[in-house]
Amino acid sequence: MKIHEYQGKSILAKYGVPVPRGEVVFTAAEAQAVAERLGGTVVVKAQIHAGGRGKGGGVKVVKSPKEAFEAASAMLGMTLVTYQTGPEGRVVGRVLIEEGVAIARELYLGLVIDRSTKQPVLMVSPDGGVEIEKVAEETPDRIFKVFIDPGIGLQPFQARRLAFALGLEGPQVSAAVRLMKGVYDAFVDTDASLVEINPLIVTGDGSLLALDAKVTFDDNALYRHPDIRELRDLSEEDPLEIDASKFALNYIKLDGTIGCMVNGAGLAMATMDIIKLAGGEPANFLDVGGGANAEQIKNAFRILMSDKAVKAVLINIFGGILRCDVLAHGVIAAVQDLGVTVPIVIRMEGTNVELGKQMLRESGLNFTTADTMGEAAEKVVALAG
Amino acid sequence: MAVLIDRNTRLLVQGITGREGTFHAKQAQEYGTTVVGGVTPGKGGTTHEGWPVFNTVAEAVEKTGANASVIFVPPPAAADAIMEAADAGVPLVVCITEGIPTVDMMRAFAFLEGRPTRVIGPNCPGLITAGQAKAGIIPGHICSPGRVGIVSKSGTLTYEAIHQLTGLGLGQTTCIGIGGDPLIGTSFIDALELFAGDDETEAVVLIGEIGGTAEEEAAAWIKTSFRKPVVGFIAGQTAPPGRRMGHAGAIISGGKGTAAEKMQALSDAGVRVVKSPADIGKAVADALGATR
Repeated sequence: MKIHEYQGKSILAKYGVPVPRGEVVFTAAEAQAVAERLGGTVVVKAQIHAGGRGKGGGVKVVKSPKEAFEAASAMLGMTLVTYQTGPEGRVVGRVLIEEGVAIARELYLGLVIDRSTKQPVLMVSPDGGVEIEKVAEETPDRIFKVFIDPGIGLQPFQARRLAFALGLEGPQVSAAVRLMKGVYDAFVDTDASLVEINPLIVTGDGSLLALDAKVTFDDNALYRHPDIRELRDLSEEDPLEIDASKFALNYIKLDGTIGCMVNGAGLAMATMDIIKLAGGEPANFLDVGGGANAEQIKNAFRILMSDKAVKAVLINIFGGILRCDVLAHGVIAAVQDLGVTVPIVIRMEGTNVELGKQMLRESGLNFTTADTMGEAAEKVVALAG
Repeated sequence: MAVLIDRNTRLLVQGITGREGTFHAKQAQEYGTTVVGGVTPGKGGTTHEGWPVFNTVAEAVEKTGANASVIFVPPPAAADAIMEAADAGVPLVVCITEGIPTVDMMRAFAFLEGRPTRVIGPNCPGLITAGQAKAGIIPGHICSPGRVGIVSKSGTLTYEAIHQLTGLGLGQTTCIGIGGDPLIGTSFIDALELFAGDDETEAVVLIGEIGGTAEEEAAAWIKTSFRKPVVGFIAGQTAPPGRRMGHAGAIISGGKGTAAEKMQALSDAGVRVVKSPADIGKAVADALGATR
């Protein structure tokens, strides 16, 4: 789960990570009031779940409360397009008003779990303020890492090593050690999957400050963090995907015309791939899970058909132990109840597959059956036109 | 021969009294697996569907001589179940559970460090040796004993590959679902090492997906160390970046973990990479034809 910058900063601040003074606001009038309280130069930052906001016009440095009002008016309600939002962009619903700070240096700090070593890896770079992927690509020797034993946690010597690699000196070193310890503790306590501070700055007076914060959480652990679940911003998510998640359906909307309904994530991806190979474009990723019962199928159809771009549907269910007659019954009922009119190609495997096919053929509805994935993909692409 | 699981396996089911545990214990037994009992804390001393139930894995191992365990416990308790099995000295632990917090698995893997237990999964369909035994949820009836090993991150896509191999008369030795989570106990390389030492396995199907670098690591290892023909398929060639495609580990982040990169790495290592999942079986047939 993703959260906003201001929410990430608030979590990190609780763990002793220094962040700029600031407040999130939803109106321009509030923006002006906060700017007055902070005094002097302030920064108005659009809060959306995507990076690259600065280049897209989502960050503005202003000199007065009046300018803060104007900048916030312009930003609130605007559609912000960045390299991470895609061309459709995101509508800005809230902005963060923060004190302006003098920047002496821009550093990078990130913490993730490394898949190969199965340990948290804390990464820093003296080249902050740019995309870290770019640094990793072009100057990998400018990224410094320590791997952390999860049983013992981050040790001071490891943090010091990174602090020195960043070129920090004097009291900055112990401040960096405290900051890194805070980031690590926050990461573990909240079941984060990523904490990224980019840039981590050295201010004009030599202190460290997290100027930005990106925190994402492990969805599998949200059950034990009710406070973090509260931070979810549904306006950042596709309404169909929210709807699907209520029924334990894993749905991701795409741009094509062929809806797909599949059991299992790997097979669902492979089904998208084979549609593309057959010359079509998948309209979605949809994993209905292992059971694929009648209720699931009905909800899946309803969500699929809410996407008006869908011209045909491919159902690919490899049941194994699933009974294909039960599946066919569920599909027929869903299509009748919802009045689905687009052509539907079904490929299914499991027990009673011949009976299932016969039920579909004799239903009088717009079904086409296929025996293999390849055949199913070709048929559905032809039917989608 | 086959690998990891066979007629000599004595399987314990952790979570045997749950719906999934019960169902798949029966399926495994029907397939010919020796299921020796189960563990459900608090229900020790009872019997369930004819199997003895124990409070702890240690007691179950002592009383039954179990040498493998399959885990069907809910996500909040699953990492603990893995550690308990390892602590009891079970050499093979297969964790089917999906949705375990990554931090829990990270701690479990740290606990396993230095212990001889091999973990398969989590978030996987488990494994099956065709015609002999299974631990997990792979349907037995689609398998037929044969010549090909399978290692895969996916569940139903593995069934698809099994189905194709059975249809072509090639059959399988052992099929290993390694799981779709970011942290897993058995890697592609671990599985390939096992297949390298198995005389019956003449070729291997490797099914990967977007996210992480496990496929690239496998490619590098295949290039230097694996002599049998490998057919590869990577799911997610059309997946958008930055989106988690069902599996917790299946995400292209920062432009890394794309299917194109993985397919290229595998191709460069001499793997026969198919673009279409429908071509897996045929590519194996071609590879085996070419080696004969």
